[in-house]
Amino acid sequence: MKKYVSDLLVSSVEFLRADYFLMKLAAADGQPLPEMRPGQFVEVKVEQSGTTFLRRPISINYVDRARGELWLLVHIVGDGTAALSKKQAGDTVNLMFPLGNGFSLDYAPGAKILLVGGGVGTAPLLYYGEQLRQKGCEPTFLLGGRAAKDLLQLEQFRQIGRTFVTTEDGSAGEKGFVTNHSILAQEHFDAVATCGPKPMMMAVARFAFSKNMPCEASLENLMACGIGACLCCVEKKNDGHNVCVCKEGPIFKTTELQWHN
Amino acid sequence: MAQLNVNIGRLALKNPVMTASGTFGYGTEFADFIDLDRLGGIIVKGTTLLPREGNDYPRMAETASGMLNCVGLQNKGVDYFCEQIYPEIKDYGTNMIVNVSGSTVEDYALCAERIAALPKIPAIELNISCPNVKNGGMAFGVTCAGAASVVKAVRKVYPKTLIVKLSPNVTDIAEIARAVEAEGADSVSLINTLMGMSIDIERRRSRLSIGTGGLSGPAVKPVALRMVWQVARAVNIPVVGLGGIMNATDAIEFLMAGATAIEIGTANFIDPTVTVKVVEGIGEWLDRHGIADVNEIIGALEQ
Repeated sequence: MKKYVSDLLVSSVEFLRADYFLMKLAAADGQPLPEMRPGQFVEVKVEQSGTTFLRRPISINYVDRARGELWLLVHIVGDGTAALSKKQAGDTVNLMFPLGNGFSLDYAPGAKILLVGGGVGTAPLLYYGEQLRQKGCEPTFLLGGRAAKDLLQLEQFRQIGRTFVTTEDGSAGEKGFVTNHSILAQEHFDAVATCGPKPMMMAVARFAFSKNMPCEASLENLMACGIGACLCCVEKKNDGHNVCVCKEGPIFKTTELQWHN
Repeated sequence: MAQLNVNIGRLALKNPVMTASGTFGYGTEFADFIDLDRLGGIIVKGTTLLPREGNDYPRMAETASGMLNCVGLQNKGVDYFCEQIYPEIKDYGTNMIVNVSGSTVEDYALCAERIAALPKIPAIELNISCPNVKNGGMAFGVTCAGAASVVKAVRKVYPKTLIVKLSPNVTDIAEIARAVEAEGADSVSLINTLMGMSIDIERRRSRLSIGTGGLSGPAVKPVALRMVWQVARAVNIPVVGLGGIMNATDAIEFLMAGATAIEIGTANFIDPTVTVKVVEGIGEWLDRHGIADVNEIIGALEQ
């Protein structure tokens, strides 16, 4: 899939919480955006400052084909993402995109796919769920957070598929972790995909493995180039060899990682 | 339009802009973004005699105006390069140069000998300066005797253009440059990364798996420029300058300091099209100043 580097036009920046914002971007020339797969990511250029130098890798949250818009859901964690949050409609942002491999879409119509997300890791699952729905599959979302305020974009998720939530404090959905949710004991799924904190993803992978369900996870190792050139973001696979998360991933079958050893 | 051709010994470059090893993969990674044929040369990822997995993750930390890395020469070895990668890259319309690394003098020589047999590789860059591997070459690159011993062994088996990449982690880089020139190196390139460190105070741990790493990016440019200037005055062979070049202005600074060609490294991560912009920018600057040939500004720093 061809990669691009170009300035996109900011359509809007909407704060979903004090430290989370949704940025919608469109092609500056009004042309349609290139093909992008769910699970792929972009490398966003940030203003260089005393503390920011490299691009910031951010997963693709959603692609609104009708409006020609690419959505990025960004958690403000440092100076780079804070600078990005100050962009306004009409500004441009330079992106390298689409990068990485993407989640599997080759499921038969009617396949039941469980998408498990935590924190900002829920972001790529919105677009993935929508694409699965387009393929005639049945996505089910299981989203977790510490509290109700951590669960973002629930309205959008509910429009695409059944959505279950857990919170650690019990302020929304079932109290506990995603891996404790009652739906897991009640239903069978044909496959599982997960994105979020690594301990959560590893717990989801163990659950899926125990039920013989194929499971894919989205990794977010610290990276520089985003295209497999610098070899910084490596993850060791089962065969003992390092691979670049940015190029061979960020989506991996969890049985290929050293997670079940 | 000004003439941009330069020569590194017998190696002719269509312009002075090359890519730094380890920042540009094998070129193919950037083919979606730029026309690779527009570059003076591409120096591919460090290649060793045997495959290397490199160091553990994490291997990178962002710093003020730069980054640290401790990748540790991850590569699939020279046989894999010759059999799998070379056929894919040999017909690019630019100089494909292989960065050769090793742990022993014999490793360097055997690896260089294999590369010498590849007709479409006109030059190697001998890495005697990797800071991220025990016996990763830097041990050779920090003493005149060590540097000379590697170059002497490789020179015997490598008849084409031999560029030697120098470490800045030394007391007197000009002395090392003179030592490798004396053993028959056709050129020296500098600087490799400066050894550095970054600590996560909440975890009381280094941000890098092996504790230290190599610093690159604009943070190192003034140091690199000074060293290129010193070395260019100390040797008679062409100097290739690198270290934090982000744009054409930076590149021209290195040329004026005495570099015949330059390499762009970390900037490729910020802008994958930067190399072509630097080629264009050098040409535009020369035209604007009525200079017909880029060679006229090499070492043209006024005292």
